[in-house]
Parts: sequence; C-alpha cells; structure tokens
Amino acid sequence: MAKLKDIQRKISAVKKTMQITRAMNMVAAAKLRKVQARAESFAPYSQKFSEVLGNIASRVEPDIHPLLVKREEIKRSLLILFTADRGLCGSFNTNLINRAEKWIRDQEEKGIKCDLILIGKKGRDYFSKREFNIIENYVNIYGKVDIKFINQLIDKIVESYLMEEVDEVNMLFSRFVSMLKQEPTMVKLIPVEPPNVEITESKGGEYICEPRPEELLVQLLPKHISVQIMNAFFQNETSEHAARMTAMDNATTNCAELIQDLTLLYNKARQAAITAELMDIVGGAEALKKA
Amino acid sequence: MGKIFLEVITPDKVLISREVDMVVAPGIEGEFGILEDHVAFLSGIVPGELRYMIDGKVEYCAVMEGFAEVSNNRVSVLVDAAEKAEEIDIERAKKALERAQKRLEQKEGIDIARAEAALRRAMARLKVAGRVRD
Repeated sequence: MAKLKDIQRKISAVKKTMQITRAMNMVAAAKLRKVQARAESFAPYSQKFSEVLGNIASRVEPDIHPLLVKREEIKRSLLILFTADRGLCGSFNTNLINRAEKWIRDQEEKGIKCDLILIGKKGRDYFSKREFNIIENYVNIYGKVDIKFINQLIDKIVESYLMEEVDEVNMLFSRFVSMLKQEPTMVKLIPVEPPNVEITESKGGEYICEPRPEELLVQLLPKHISVQIMNAFFQNETSEHAARMTAMDNATTNCAELIQDLTLLYNKARQAAITAELMDIVGGAEALKKA
Repeated sequence: MGKIFLEVITPDKVLISREVDMVVAPGIEGEFGILEDHVAFLSGIVPGELRYMIDGKVEYCAVMEGFAEVSNNRVSVLVDAAEKAEEIDIERAKKALERAQKRLEQKEGIDIARAEAALRRAMARLKVAGRVRD
C-alpha cells in the first residue's frame, strides 16, 4: 500500500511544479509584450537617427573623427556582454556566455587583452568567479534603462577609447529573431561604422549644417553608439522573455506527460492491489469451505 | 501660409507629429525659425524652448539635447527628452535647478560640465513651463 501513496504524492508534487511553470510562462509573456511596446516606441527615434547620421557621415572624410578611425594595432579590447538577471530560460544565458568566452580566448590567442563590462546577473556570476578583467557590472537594470543611464555609460566608454585605454569596443547580446530563435550577436561599437544610407537626390542633397558637419558629427557619434546600445537592451530583454516562455512551455508539457505516466502507474498499482486483495478473500473462502 | 510637418521624437515616444505653420527651435548657434520651403538644414539642438504656431496660436515645448533635420517641408527634432509646456513638472525642475546651482557653488570635486548641463536643462523646463502658467 505504501507504494500507492508514494505515487500519489509524486503526482501532486508534479502538479504543483506544473502550476509554477505555467504561471512563469504567462508572466514572461506579459513582460515580453511590455518590452516590445517600449521597443516599438523607440523605433522611430533610432530609425530617423541612423538615416540622418548616414547622411552626414557620407559627406565627411572618414578620418575626421577619432571614433571613426580604425586603429592599426589593437592591444586591448572591450566587450560589453548582455546576459539575463534570472535563469530558467533554457540555454539563453549559456549561449551568450559560451560565445563570449570563446571570443575572449580567440582574442587572447592573438595577443589582445580583453576587458569586460557585464550587464545582467548571470554573466557576472560566471565571469567574476574566473580570471577575467571586469571593469564594470550592472545588475537588475533591465526595464530601468533610460537614455540618461546609457549616456553615462557611453561617456565612460568613449573616454577610455579616446585615452587609448582600449582600441576597440564590441558588444554581445542576443538578437531576437523569432519567438523560437534568439541569436547571440556580436556588434562592433567603436570604431563606429556609420549606417549606409543611400542618398537620393529627392532628399534635397546638400544640407546647410549648423555647426559644420564635422562638428555635428562629433555630437552625433556618441549618440549613435547609445542608440545601438539601447537597441541591444531591448533585443536582449525581448529574447530573454521569449526564451523563458519557450522553456516554461516545454516544462509544462513535460509535467503533463509525467503526470500521465504516473497516473497510469498509479492505476496499475491500484488494480494490482485490488486483485491481490480479491485473491486473499477468495483463498480464505475456499479454505473455509474445505474446513 | 503653407504648412510644414513637425515631428518631435524622443527615445520614449513621438511627442509631436502634426502639421504646423512655423517652428522656432533652439539651435547650437542660436534660435532658428523654419517656414515652408526651407532649404535642407541640419542643426544641433541645445536645451531650450521649441515653439510652433498652429493657426495663429503658439504652443510651447521644452526640448533637451539633440538635433533637428529639415528637409522637404518636414522638421524632425530628435532629442533626449521633450515635454509640452502643460506637462512639465515644475517642482521637479525647480529642485533640479537648486541642486545644480549648489553643485556649481562648490566648484571643487564635481563634474562641472555635467552640473552645467543639468542647470541648462532645468532652466529650459522652467522657462517653458512659465509660458503657460503665468
């Protein structure tokens, strides 16, 4: 009889787990919608921005600004790595961390030292336990990011680039391809590669610029980097929630399957117990008859 | 008078997107006004007051750092933040102003550029807010 109770207990435990995973799935879905809404309201800004920047950049010499110049020798590289603050989202964090670690090893083989700026708790947990040079880490900031925070971050990065403390800045985040696919993506931030925009004649061609295009570019380039980082934040957050939804959906399905198997097992055990009892009774009755 | 299309876009939202008669914006090298058929133009924007006229009525909004592009009778203002005069939180702006002033008085151990920028932003907000409330 003990076996029956055990199975029953297991079933109710799995049922509880299933409730949790289902709830997490729904929470992730709600958060996903929220992020998507914010990303959508950012889209007009970033779109217009790259349009204008591409337009100016195409009209000035590429070596006009130090942020545009590719350095010949790269000794030190900075990587901004985005991970999630929480787990339970499938291989989302693992993918990002593995990719980052592999990249750092590759760089080191080429004799390039790597510094890290970590965004998200999971990345910090992993890299802080190992021998890596972490300059900065930000935890629990998803959802609280605004342009002010990003501007401050950029100021620091641009400054260390101009002081030649680093020769290259990259970022790694998870690009949201679809609900089922999120791709770790590496983007080069500095030196800046301005977006290529075809300048059509109808757009008026020449602009009058105030101040001169070169000076305007000085203002716009750091902003361009912040727009890219802002986008990365949104992409990464969307990906995280999408990954969690998928993971939790799978978990819920697995729970349902497990419950089905356990119920079958339970019924079989119950049947076996009843049969055994019947045999006992019948056996007892036979014995009485003979007596 | 012909119309031009004005958009004021911040990272959070599109604040204004409508046809207006005229726009006056705070450029890096001074205020500039835009009317119909303006030549293609690009300028940095500093914290200040952006005015636009619709059917003879002037409306105000505060803008922060950014830039503006004018082409084909379309004025696109891209700034870090922008608020319409009615929406400005005066208390908050006043507090920010005091904070910035105090910081500037200390002179030492502060990021002067940042404090000054904060001061300019607060002043821009208060100026614009004053337009509709006095």
